[in-house]
Amino acid sequence: MIKLRIDGNEVEVNAGTPLLKAAQKLNIEIPTLCYYEGIEPYAACRVCMVEVVRGRRRRMVTACNYPATDGIEVFTENERVRRARRLNLEMLLGRCSEVPVIRELAAKYGVEKSRFGYDPKEKCILCGLCVRMCSDIVKANVLSFAYSGPRRKVVTPFEREMATDVCIACGACAHVCPTGAITIEDLSQRRGEVPEMPLGPKTAISIPFQQAVPKVPYIDPDACIKMQTGGCGICAQVCEPEAINYTMQDEVVELDVGQILVATGYQIFEASQMAQYGYGKLDNVLSALEFEKMLNSTGPTGGRVLMKNGKEPRAIGLIHCIGSRDARYHKYCSRVCCMYALKFAHLVKDRTNAEVYQFYIDMRAFGKGYEEFYSRILDEGVNMIRGKAAEVVEATWGNEREGHLLVRCEDTLIGKFREVPVDMVVLCAAIEPNADQDRIGQIFSLSRSPDGFFLERHPKLDPMGTVNDGIYLAGCCQGPKDIPDTVAQAQGAAARILALISKGEVFLDPIRACIDENLCGGCKVCNNLCPYSAITFDDVKKVSIVNETLCKGCGTCVAACPAGAITGSGFTDEQIFAEIEGILADAGNK
Amino acid sequence: MPFEPKIVGFLCNWCSYTGADLAGVSRIKWPPNVRPIRVMCSGRIDPTFIVKAFREGADGVLVSGCHPGDCHYYQGNYKALRRYHLLRRVLEQFGIHPDRLMLTWVSAAEGERWAKVTNEITERVRKLGPLHLKD
Repeated sequence: MIKLRIDGNEVEVNAGTPLLKAAQKLNIEIPTLCYYEGIEPYAACRVCMVEVVRGRRRRMVTACNYPATDGIEVFTENERVRRARRLNLEMLLGRCSEVPVIRELAAKYGVEKSRFGYDPKEKCILCGLCVRMCSDIVKANVLSFAYSGPRRKVVTPFEREMATDVCIACGACAHVCPTGAITIEDLSQRRGEVPEMPLGPKTAISIPFQQAVPKVPYIDPDACIKMQTGGCGICAQVCEPEAINYTMQDEVVELDVGQILVATGYQIFEASQMAQYGYGKLDNVLSALEFEKMLNSTGPTGGRVLMKNGKEPRAIGLIHCIGSRDARYHKYCSRVCCMYALKFAHLVKDRTNAEVYQFYIDMRAFGKGYEEFYSRILDEGVNMIRGKAAEVVEATWGNEREGHLLVRCEDTLIGKFREVPVDMVVLCAAIEPNADQDRIGQIFSLSRSPDGFFLERHPKLDPMGTVNDGIYLAGCCQGPKDIPDTVAQAQGAAARILALISKGEVFLDPIRACIDENLCGGCKVCNNLCPYSAITFDDVKKVSIVNETLCKGCGTCVAACPAGAITGSGFTDEQIFAEIEGILADAGNK
Repeated sequence: MPFEPKIVGFLCNWCSYTGADLAGVSRIKWPPNVRPIRVMCSGRIDPTFIVKAFREGADGVLVSGCHPGDCHYYQGNYKALRRYHLLRRVLEQFGIHPDRLMLTWVSAAEGERWAKVTNEITERVRKLGPLHLKD
């Protein structure tokens, strides 16, 4: 550590720290255009001039790359410094006359006009930040200086416009450019976007949303520069706890467990299947999840309700039962949509002056406190139209030529067809089983009810159990349900699991196959039939034997044994014969 | 008195028996002619059970398991399917109309299908008339 004085204040920094950084420590701001933390300083703009005094020697230096040394004194705002900056800014203004950031900075030093020329088109000050970003940090090596003297400029390879595959379209050059001279046009659609949440751009490393669990950032390997070129790595540099790991891979972990809770959730019905509502085709027709994201105060619009053109809508239509309660898609009711649509109406009324129209079939406010909430929304002046909307079309509104939307529907309460002009439509799409529900079901041997959700053991008496001991269900994988119902079911299932754990032992059904060694002829027919490989052949005794813990008692081997040597306890041949006799005791007596 | 067929149903524990139970829970009507016997798996159903049922006076036999691919024991229903085709031939040689035996798949969620299947076998056997094997 060394000591130096800046504008009369003493500061202690590591030797070699640039003066600019040392001044920042004292909250002294030194103006600069071409300094960017993490990129090697280059002293191109020369706006950061300061005066350094060492002993009797005084000299003008650039603060961005002059290393702090012991005992020097630095002046950042004396007359000599201001004069130097004024001259440098005048020259910059002569080159790039209409760049706002230069004009502002020049005006601050009293420079309104330049004696060195006037060029309204030029924006680049040749600071080379973009070039160093591209070569040192991103390591894509696309941008470079070309020519010399007054013709010097920054170019892409062979001066072609974006005609290069070397550019990975990371946008880092445009981001660091102090004057806005670089713009990115995504000609080949290479920049990452969040496909399921198209409301805004995202960065390569981000926290998916503020309520994410666990709330940690993740890296999108397709957008990360480090993973594409091996460059950058800035996030690892700035992360003090060294938590960034670029080599982390998905891993498959095998665990031995005694009980399993299946809580695989649901997916949302793809609303574009119902073309009449225009989802995916018309601007401002949103899915409920997109609208939820928009209402989120940490979301892309900061919680404001905005149309695609950035204006506030004057009327919003909320259409219920998209894909649910519909014989063509899902017959069942999704249960949660009525209530979240009411919540949407409440928040829209709270944040905008827009009219809200609810197009519903039946209002199902079934839970505790829900009916009261419904009454409250009615008092807030939300328009309730009973009748499923038939279609959403583009329309003009008044004298405005811009496209608005028209919801056509039948109002079954007044018995009339209506056309409701709105600016924005939100579709409340159905909850449906996951696309891979079938595969998950096969893994756990779970049955599915006709609606495709997993089947519980009993709809009333065992809503979280399944026919397989030790496998339980919770949440929307068993059927659409809201948060309170999901929590209740999950806590019930957890209690069942804990009860078995605290008991410490499991009772198995005494249904097992058993081989009579005296009768077994050793034909091995049963060995290959057993789905659990519970039957093995004893080479010494020359008979087959059953492993009783592996055997599940299906009885396939019992039926197949040609010698009748295998009996299935609980389902022996004698027992079933007796059952047949009993069940047909009344038959044949004329 | 009109002829009421007596039909023995062999139901697997995991799918068909639960499906029949669901039909009851859902208050779906199905004919009382079918008298169910529970086995753990349709693969357990020995052909002698079916022959025994006919000998004891059944006019028809229904075998019901899980849908192919859904067997609780992976493949028991496929084994039932193989035995069913062989048994139909044997029954024919004994002078029993092979349509008196029916194999079907009913899952635990298909209460309505269970009612449909039992109606179908009952009507089928009613048309074939009594078997008179016990006398």
